[in-house]
Amino acid sequence: AVQKPGDARERHVTVIPGDGVGEEIFDSISSIFKAACVPVKWDVYEIPPNATELPPQIIESLRKNGVGIKGVILTPIKDGHRSLNVMLRKQLDLFAHIIHVHTLPGIPTRHGDLDFVVIRENTEGEYSGMEHEVQPGVVESLKVITRTASLRIADYAFEYAFLNNRKKVTAVHKANIMKLCDGEFLKACREIAKKYPSIEYEEMIVDNTCMQLVAYPQKFDVMVMPNLYGNVVGNIGAGLVGSPAICPGGNVGANVAVFEQGARHAAADIANKNIANPTGELLAAVMMLRYINLPSFADRIQGAVEMVLSEGKVRTLDVGGTASTTDFTKAIIAHL
Amino acid sequence: SQAVRPFSATSGTQTVTLFPGDGIGPEIAKSVQDIFKAAGVPIDWEIHTVSTKAVDKSGRLISQEAIDSVIRNKVGLKGPLATPIGKGHQSLNLTLRKALKLYANVRPCLSIPGFKTKYDDVDLVICRENTEGEYSGLEHEVVPGVVEALKVITKDASTRICQYAFEYAKDNGRKKVTVVHKANIMKMSDGLFLQCARDIAPGYPALEYEEILLDVAVMQLARDPHAYDVMVMPNLYGDIISDLCAGLIGGLGLTPSGNIGEDASVFEAVHGTAPDIAGKGLANPTALLLSSVMMLRHMKLTDFADRIERAALTTIANPTTRTKDLGGSASTSEFTNAICRALA
Ligand SMILES: Nc1ncnc2c1ncn2[C@@H]1O[C@H](COP(=O)(O)OP(=O)(O)OP(=O)(O)O)[C@@H](O)[C@H]1O
Ligand SMILES: Nc1ncnc2c1ncn2[C@@H]1O[C@H](COP(=O)(O)OP(=O)(O)OP(=O)(O)O)[C@@H](O)[C@H]1O
Ligand SMILES: [Mg+2]
Ligand SMILES: [Mg+2]
Repeated sequence: AVQKPGDARERHVTVIPGDGVGEEIFDSISSIFKAACVPVKWDVYEIPPNATELPPQIIESLRKNGVGIKGVILTPIKDGHRSLNVMLRKQLDLFAHIIHVHTLPGIPTRHGDLDFVVIRENTEGEYSGMEHEVQPGVVESLKVITRTASLRIADYAFEYAFLNNRKKVTAVHKANIMKLCDGEFLKACREIAKKYPSIEYEEMIVDNTCMQLVAYPQKFDVMVMPNLYGNVVGNIGAGLVGSPAICPGGNVGANVAVFEQGARHAAADIANKNIANPTGELLAAVMMLRYINLPSFADRIQGAVEMVLSEGKVRTLDVGGTASTTDFTKAIIAHL
Repeated sequence: SQAVRPFSATSGTQTVTLFPGDGIGPEIAKSVQDIFKAAGVPIDWEIHTVSTKAVDKSGRLISQEAIDSVIRNKVGLKGPLATPIGKGHQSLNLTLRKALKLYANVRPCLSIPGFKTKYDDVDLVICRENTEGEYSGLEHEVVPGVVEALKVITKDASTRICQYAFEYAKDNGRKKVTVVHKANIMKMSDGLFLQCARDIAPGYPALEYEEILLDVAVMQLARDPHAYDVMVMPNLYGDIISDLCAGLIGGLGLTPSGNIGEDASVFEAVHGTAPDIAGKGLANPTALLLSSVMMLRHMKLTDFADRIERAALTTIANPTTRTKDLGGSASTSEFTNAICRALA
């Protein structure tokens, strides 16, 4: 590509390493980026322990830079504060969560080669946070589906399919039971589908989708769905390719995009042991490089990852190896 | 409230209501009857048909007489049913669920030797809350383009299903109960479900107890399903995970299921009526047979259950006696006879 004036300037990228293995994984990414001489500058933000709100500087930084990478901020179960991850997506209106489910060379899976994309509505649905106790022992939780958000995500999915030369979009729903809510979602998908006659459109009930996914995952291409089903389907995808730490993902809004490992887990159980697999988060950072128009750096890093994995000598624990996070990182750097 | 009639293998012959159903239903029901006879199971069948036309003003497809029969016998076995298309019919499942207060849907998923899938040696049980949650049916449009659905979780229903899961695990020699939830996001509703499980767990010190987030559970199941044993969860998650697990072992055609209720329990094959092969002697009775095995365990006729299950699995493991859908060439009756021989 022809160099444009200003192409060589350093880009600022906001970083939230997050909890669990977040620090270790970010260390790995930053040393690989440094070795590859990628022209980005990290603006790193730690979340204070026990924070119940997102520090406003983080939101400001993301608004200013327009792009970031993050790990998972742990959310206490049951009592305690609401998810800061959800707050971040809502405050920046990062309406689309994309998970690219694909196999990698050298990592054995049960199902052979897979390559599909899960596009998940990221701001409403079951994650509305509106709950109340009607009377002792009876609790209600609201699922909210809006036409605006449904149209927006459906549009994103079809546009993604179109631009990435994908053939089919599958809308996942449970409209036989949630007739109004999921019905509204399907209506939006059908409307948008009409504008993309070259892309095949199909609808599938969520339970059947999950059954098909573990039996015939090859039949999927681009999938679009409300929030909770996306959480389920994206994680089945991660399981199919052999580890939660393989697939990259991103949260995209109109002006800001924040990239992270596709299956969003803090992995607190393996924190500080130097055994975490940085692949998913690293490939998410590679996605980020493509997003900010640095494709040659992206290709170079991705190539190095694939070479290391296909040689099969240096692999982390989760994919059947014995290498530490730092050994794996060094191997990638050596292949740059 | 009604006293539950005690079951015991020595209390003589018991009566079970049988709905053979439509399509291949009568053929596979006959197969189960033949196998029960060969095994000498002390059961008498009371056979009821289900109509394809409404039998009363509310659009029910099942007569009060048939419902009374299940309530009287406490146990029913049901083949597949064709639900007529069109408005005004209450689906049979819904009718039975309401009439019999079927609060738990239980689906064991056991790998069938001889039917190779991508996952070997799967052996787990899903207990799904069957009456509330996301299936409340309470939805409304707030303003045009904004729709809300209510998920309802109650302490009573959650306690009942969790209690059932632990009892099931204890009775069936299982080691671990895993509760699946999303209480990091739905803090109050799934939080209540989780609390009910936590309250019950200490009563079963011999069983390992574990809590897991829905997303981690499905990831783990797709990766390696051996991490789990008995799983219990609210309605929607149960719907999703039970189908996912059916996918692990080869689809709905092989999975049995039971609906456990306050007034009675109904065991059924989850597959459809297979109109394309009905009446041709090609149907595979395995799903209904394994449902009847579950039923026997529920009735505490464990020895018969074990014997029939073993005979069925060894018969399937032999390629010469498999039915067509499993890659063999045996007819329904040849398959059935092979199981009867294996019982001896
Ligand atoms: N980058 C990674 N490398 C290796 N394993 C990972 C990675 N990310 C997630 N995992 C694994 O995936 C599983 C799910 O992660 P998750 O953080 O959700 O765990 P969890 O059991 O829910 O723990 P917690 O309650 O602390 O979040 C864990 O076993 C974790 O170790
Ligand atoms: N017990 C069985 N033995 C052999 N084949 C079966 C069995 N059950 C289902 N099949 C096959 O699986 C396929 C799907 O069957 P199923 O009855 O679920 O179809 P369906 O069109 O959904 O019917 P319904 O409208 O009754 O639900 C058919 O090709 C059928 O022949
Ligand atoms: Mg289902
Ligand atoms: Mg069917």
